[in-house]
Amino acid sequence: MAAHRCSRSAVLLFLCALSLFIVADSQETASNGGQRDNNAVDSPQAATETAERAVEERRWEASEAEAAADRQDTSAAENELPASVPRPKDDFQEELVIRPLHSGDIYASFQFRTVWETDFMKGNKVSHYRLFPKSLGQVISKFSVRELHISFTQGYWRTMRWGQPYQPSPPGAELWVWFQDSVTDVDGTWKELTNVLSGIFCASLNFIDSTNTVQPSASFKPLGIGNVTDHRFLRYATLPREIVCTENLTPWKKLLPCGSKAGLAVLLKSEKLFHSTFHSQAVHIRPVCQDWECKTTSWELRQTLNVVFDLHTSAQGKREWSLFKMFSRTLTEACPLASSSKIYIDVTDNPQGDQFEVSPATPLLSQAVVLGDRRTFSVYDLTQQITFGTVRSLNLLIRWKSSEGDMLRPLLHAERYVAGYGLQTGEIHTLMYNNHPYRSFPVLLLDSVPWYLRLYIHTLTVTSKGKDNKPSYIHYQPSKDRVRPHLLEMLIQLPPNSVTEVTVQFERALLKWTEYTPDPNHGFYVGFPCKEESSYFVRVYTEPLLVNLPTPDFSMPYNVICLTCTVVAVGYGSLYNLLTRSFQIEEPSPGLAKRIANIIRKMRGVPPL
Amino acid sequence: MATTEVERRRGQLAALSIAAVVIIVGVPLWWRTTETYRAWLPVSQIKELANLQLQLSADVEVVFARGTVTPEQQKKVPLTLTQDDEHVVDEDTSLRYRYETKYRTATVMEEDALNQPAAAEADLSLHRLSESPCGSLVVYVIPESSSLLPEDVNVYIGQQRTALLRMGAPMRVGKTLEQLLSHLEPRIKQVLQVMSFSHNDITAALSDRVRLSPGNKESVADSMRAFKSSPGYEITFSLLNPDPKSHRLHWDIESAVQTYIQPLLTKLAPLANFSIDSQTLYYTMLGVNPRFDSSRSIYMLNADSLAHVINPVEARLGSNAASSNPVLNFLLYVPDAHHSPLHIHDHKKQEVPSNAFHSPRWGGIMVYNVDGFYGPEAAFPVDININMAKVMGVFLAQLRLLLGVQSSSPPPGFRVTPCSSAGLADWELDRLMWSRSVENVATATTTITSLAQLLDQIGNIVINDNIAQQVSSAVTSLQMAVAELEAGNLGFALQYSKEAILASERAFFDPSLLHLLYFPDDQKFAIYIPLFLPMCVPILLSLLKIMSEARQRRREKTKKKD
Repeated sequence: MAAHRCSRSAVLLFLCALSLFIVADSQETASNGGQRDNNAVDSPQAATETAERAVEERRWEASEAEAAADRQDTSAAENELPASVPRPKDDFQEELVIRPLHSGDIYASFQFRTVWETDFMKGNKVSHYRLFPKSLGQVISKFSVRELHISFTQGYWRTMRWGQPYQPSPPGAELWVWFQDSVTDVDGTWKELTNVLSGIFCASLNFIDSTNTVQPSASFKPLGIGNVTDHRFLRYATLPREIVCTENLTPWKKLLPCGSKAGLAVLLKSEKLFHSTFHSQAVHIRPVCQDWECKTTSWELRQTLNVVFDLHTSAQGKREWSLFKMFSRTLTEACPLASSSKIYIDVTDNPQGDQFEVSPATPLLSQAVVLGDRRTFSVYDLTQQITFGTVRSLNLLIRWKSSEGDMLRPLLHAERYVAGYGLQTGEIHTLMYNNHPYRSFPVLLLDSVPWYLRLYIHTLTVTSKGKDNKPSYIHYQPSKDRVRPHLLEMLIQLPPNSVTEVTVQFERALLKWTEYTPDPNHGFYVGFPCKEESSYFVRVYTEPLLVNLPTPDFSMPYNVICLTCTVVAVGYGSLYNLLTRSFQIEEPSPGLAKRIANIIRKMRGVPPL
Repeated sequence: MATTEVERRRGQLAALSIAAVVIIVGVPLWWRTTETYRAWLPVSQIKELANLQLQLSADVEVVFARGTVTPEQQKKVPLTLTQDDEHVVDEDTSLRYRYETKYRTATVMEEDALNQPAAAEADLSLHRLSESPCGSLVVYVIPESSSLLPEDVNVYIGQQRTALLRMGAPMRVGKTLEQLLSHLEPRIKQVLQVMSFSHNDITAALSDRVRLSPGNKESVADSMRAFKSSPGYEITFSLLNPDPKSHRLHWDIESAVQTYIQPLLTKLAPLANFSIDSQTLYYTMLGVNPRFDSSRSIYMLNADSLAHVINPVEARLGSNAASSNPVLNFLLYVPDAHHSPLHIHDHKKQEVPSNAFHSPRWGGIMVYNVDGFYGPEAAFPVDININMAKVMGVFLAQLRLLLGVQSSSPPPGFRVTPCSSAGLADWELDRLMWSRSVENVATATTTITSLAQLLDQIGNIVINDNIAQQVSSAVTSLQMAVAELEAGNLGFALQYSKEAILASERAFFDPSLLHLLYFPDDQKFAIYIPLFLPMCVPILLSLLKIMSEARQRRREKTKKKD
């Protein structure tokens, strides 16, 4: 009767992903020409369902159009129009940055940028779309969104091997949104918005609820114009468990004006993109200035996709990369709608060409400051026919000449782990490394821990170089069971050439049996972001934690019921027996010897004793 | 011996009292702690609604112009006349049409208006004189000799809610009033069927409730073309440009919508909310390859292949993220330079002049050829401005069809004025409102009765208070809608029927109904058995024993008496 019992001892907990923002000081203002931000949004329009409708059901009829409108024969009139073509209010640019990494891996970062001169803000209805995708535009205007940032990432960015990414993103899904100040019910709108985005991107964003949403007070400031910094209108949530795959990429590609039919997007083939060690796609929407004086605003949609191909799995260990090898496609044209379409190859580490060789060679070089670092790029302009050469197709080839050369250690990086034993308590350790020999950096650390890890905030310690490092700003919001997570924000000064360790102890909570995930013994992910700041701004995410929670045996409820019932039944049975039995005095029965004697006497026909 | 008897009685009493405790305390306790919450539903009212008797009342005012009735007849003209017309649609649904006809003679001003040279002007000035409320009609009876209408036209239907009716030839002056009225009556009914509702429309609107016997293919196609009634519609115009390398298309959709579509939608505002948007899609291909006709060097799309055109395009259209209303899609397809010009051919292999087609309950597609706008030596990409007047004419006609604004051909002898700039005459709106109200009532009653049935059948479903409230408000709105239809207040009837449909859908699709949907009884009892079996068996056994002993004792007693 007992169902099978799994004797599982541990439930794992999710640790929130941690993201660090680095604001480092700054030699240069961050003039990263847009090619550094990667945000990928995939918008799965629900069109697929509709496409399934039976074809047969459609009866077509030629419509007899009796146009109420006057139809003059205007073929001539139309033809003269090129002169009066209005200046388009939207603009589309695409670019791909390729960075050969010292490890022999290769990092490719796509960015598609649509800028549209329109106004979603003042409540006027925007309804006519050209390059900007309609599905996102409707979301912005319906939910009064000021800024929207969403990213889907598979794999973990290895900062120590690869350096800083152009656009950091935590493993899993991350969503943060600034609403306009006209929104009255921010939580309700946020809930609806996540549900709609979940439909658009085919992702489980609908699992975002109040238990994993926070309102950071100091981090995640708006990236666009507008100086609203009232954090009541900000919502931030991560889903470290989210698995990213083809179904997220397809809707993301659908948002591009050229789809995957022309331009750089033809390279985005899911079978190659997901055969990589790191994949991240994002969508960022924000209002930006049209010009220097900022008289008119426009909306910027940036779709970014970052991918790192592995030396061993993708290139079979050969230190040689080509577009074809990476994406199984070559380029033949730019997207005709794009005003600019370029490929950049980061050749900073290769000034004399002794590290690797790029072919075909290009005379165009450009310099840009990326993350406070001056980098040099070879530029291939796809709008120029000459780029494609005589074969009408561009297949960039990067061949390494030597496998030597050390990468500079990244200035900032962070890691995180859970210490402790047993299933009752534990300790979260966050290590932040500052490798700069003489500069110290202010870092804003954001940590959002789910309620089922009950933090003991009095055990919070911040130490660097063995000394206590007192944070200059602490914002802590305690959790409420099943309502909201812990939020911890701290501004910490990282001394030069040091490791700063933040530890906090926690106790694991017992969940209700319906609150466990389908695979509770896998553990629960907990993510958390750290941020560091300076004149340029870096965000660093740590790896998510995987925490075991005490996991019950899930066949237990039935066993408990059976056991309890049996105990009750036994107790009740004896009580009942005792109460209802009628007692009477019985003659003591004769002894064994006497009985045997009686039997013998009976056989002999003698009266018994 | 006596002590054993006492002991036995005590044991019996103990067993009985335990049984009593179990029955009086245990069973109710178990029942209360395991019952599901089910709020009260107005079941009897829902049952009444399941048996729907709709009555539609239309007010008609018949105005006799000078020269149609003699002064004596004029005095005898009855003030009002009510006619009922009953139809039984099926065993649960019956319809009754009530025409309330008011007779009067024309006022001086109306006479003046009727003396205008042309019918259209007369219509306009009559409209200025009096505005009839939504759902009612005014029929002016004019003498046969009147020059207002051309020879072959007997009935003229105007822009507003008025019609002009020419007295028939046999009705010369001198007939009795009864003859006159009985002559007019069928003709007025005919006018009513064109201008407000006909039995066919209303039964078609009831299709959600009543399974209609399949008529001929044509009428099924007609009835399936228009969208179902809904509180709102999203209209999406999409420009499909499969070849952005050759064509740079510009369409001034914003002002075109303002000029051509918005007036119609403003007129339709009482019916539903409309929202309009547009998008441009690049690299979208049709699902079929057009055939090349080398004799005329054009590409052709056959009627049979049109069914396959939409599906691949639809994958790119995107659904509306921001609302769940039905979407009407209007696509303007500009064929790429290598497949131009493209023409649609109908079943008779004739070119369709508008080069457009529509798909029922989905939208319309128009093919717009641009190859004539540039020569063979043009430098690509070519800038092309699209003639929105031409495009919007086609889309507007399709929109009228898809929204169910019927343009069914009037009976012979009728002349219907062409629609004005608003795209919709008042009486067309009325017609639509009649059928939409009936359709809403039919849909809402079906939803609410099936919900009641479902809740009745599955006892495990929790019925929360908010659902009960939605159901009650749906029922109230339905009753109001039916009452308003009966009273002839069309505007209110539509309003209430919309509320009813919204509330009933909200109740039906509430997610809380799903929580305990599957909680089978066998599993419940598998959990109870370990407790119930050991407790109940001794109680039952001792009760049986007590009963058999009692019976035995009674038998002994009777034996003793004997």
